Parts: sequence; C-alpha cells; structure tokens
Amino acid sequence: MSRPVQYNTKIKMVEMPEGYSGEGFHATSFDKVVGLARANSLWPLPFATSCCGIEFMATMGSNYDLSRFGSERMGFTPRQCDMLLVAGTISKKMGPILRQVYLQMAEPRWVIAIGACASSGGIFDSYSVLQGIDQVIPVDVYVPGCPPRPEGILDGILKLQDLVHNESLRRRHSSVYQELMTSYGIK
Amino acid sequence: MTNETLRQILTDKFGEQLTEWEEPYGMLTFRAPAEMNLKVLQFLYDQQGFNFLTDLTGVHYPDRTEEELCVVYHLHNLRANIRLRFKVYVPVAKPDIFTATAVFSGANWMERETYDFFGINFVGHPNLIRILNVDQMDYFPMRKEYKMEDPTRTDKDDEMFGRG
Repeated sequence: MSRPVQYNTKIKMVEMPEGYSGEGFHATSFDKVVGLARANSLWPLPFATSCCGIEFMATMGSNYDLSRFGSERMGFTPRQCDMLLVAGTISKKMGPILRQVYLQMAEPRWVIAIGACASSGGIFDSYSVLQGIDQVIPVDVYVPGCPPRPEGILDGILKLQDLVHNESLRRRHSSVYQELMTSYGIK
Repeated sequence: MTNETLRQILTDKFGEQLTEWEEPYGMLTFRAPAEMNLKVLQFLYDQQGFNFLTDLTGVHYPDRTEEELCVVYHLHNLRANIRLRFKVYVPVAKPDIFTATAVFSGANWMERETYDFFGINFVGHPNLIRILNVDQMDYFPMRKEYKMEDPTRTDKDDEMFGRG
C-alpha cells in the first residue's frame, strides 16, 4: 500500500551486479559484491593544507553534498578511513608526515590528489615544495585545477568509486602491487 | 629622542667606527664592524631603551667582495617610539658573527632562520639548527648563487609542465 505523500521519489539505486538469479536467490561473484559495498561507503580522510581544502569544504558541505554519491562522513583519523584526499601544497618538510598518515591507514586504501600542487607541485617550482605527492605515496586519482571546482572534486571521487568498484579482490596481494609498494619503500 | 640626537649619542660613544649613515623613509640606518655588533646592541639596549628586537635578517650581495653577506638588525625603542636599523657585513667564505641571544632572547629563532636561509654562523647560539627547511637540506636557499632554472634538479617532472 502506498503512502499518501511520497518524498524522494527520484532515489537512484545502484545496479545489481551481473549474475544468475531465480526465485528468491541471486548468485554472483564475491568480488562484485565487495566492490559494490566498498565503492558506496568510502570513508574520506581530508588532508587539506591550502585553498584546495576550501573547495573541498564546499564539496562536502550542503551545496554540493558529497554524501549523495554514497560516501560516509569525514573521518579525521587515518585508522578508520580508506580514501585519503590530499588537497593543497605539500612542502618537503610535510612529506614524511603525509607518508606517515598514509601508512597508518589500513588496506585497502586509496588516495586522491586534489589540485595542481598535490599532483605536481603546481606553481611552486621551488626548493621547498614537494613536486607532487606521488613522490612519497602512490596516488589513484589526480584532480586537475588551481583550485579545482567542487564539481571537479566530485568527478574525481566518482572516478575513484569506479576504480574501487572494479578492483579485483586479489589486486592488493598481486606482485605488481607489492612492487609498487616496494618502490615507495613501504614494507 | 630624534634621529639627530640618536646619531649624536652613537657617534660620541663609538666615534668613526659607525659608518654609512642614512635615513631612508625616516628610519635611521648605519653600519657597524662585524665584531662590534654585540657592543652596539648592548649599548642600545642598556642605555638607550632599545629593548625590542623587531627583526633580524640577512641579505646576500654577491658583487661585494669580502662582505657578501649582510646581517640586519631592526630595533625599536618602545618608550620614545623610535626605530633604527643597523647592518654588519661578513665575508661569505667565513660568515661568523656573535649571537644576539644573550641580549635578546627573541633573537634565538630569528638567528636560526637567518642561518637556515643564508648560512650565517652565529657564534655562541645555543641551538643553531635549521628551523623552516628540511634537516637534510645541504645548501642555503636564499643566497643569490643559483640559476633561475636549476638544471641539476631531479625532483621536477617536466612532463607536467609541457616542457618534456
């Protein structure tokens, strides 16, 4: 029986993963289910140092509302988060701190570099600024812009959700991934 | 107390050792020999009421031989509300100068910063280590001895800037 007044009729549901279904059951592969669950409940950890951080605040605020896309609330502790958002200039002195924050996150973990500075050093072609955070930690998605608009950041997060959604459960144990980690001196 | 009386007091005390008197924008400026910096500071602090060290910094003049590095002290007499600036010069090959931390405790971090960026060795400083840059840095970045585009840098990814 339908209610007399219905709100939020345009709710978008995620699609059911491919599989074999019959009456009362649906059979699919495990990593598709895990990917689906992970992609829509990423816990963001903001690491904001400058103006990109302000744009990111707008992104998670009510106007642009990051949570619409199936994102959890901000967690300000690396132990409980799995999406590190680096927004802003990272100086060389800040590099080891950022790396430590990354190391404190549990696997699986993903990183988004928001803005030109985090991606490449940006306009700070300087002795004191890290020329892109991918010199100290691996990065999954780069968001261009100086600073990027909130739409850009949302797009980056959606791109990351795509990656998470389609990530194989074996990826983190693969030799390619281990080599990547070793090249950053992690484990 | 005005610039004129202050200059007279300093000349009476130190004579011809203080040189290069100027008043850019009304601020009394002079130069002292490097080994006399503490004597001048102590005199101004004890007897002339300059008890606030506003700023301490360095300048690099690559073209002045034997006096490439300059250390600038800005002092403020809060009671008379008068400021002055005095400079000492040291050679870049041996940039030694006495620390002002005995007179002004606030000079501690300022001298560390000046050491960090210009490599001036403040003799007697209690903890002369880098303050703003990474500890591993092995050069003094504010000296004017580097090319605008340093070709030896390895941390710059030219591809990101369309120069690759």
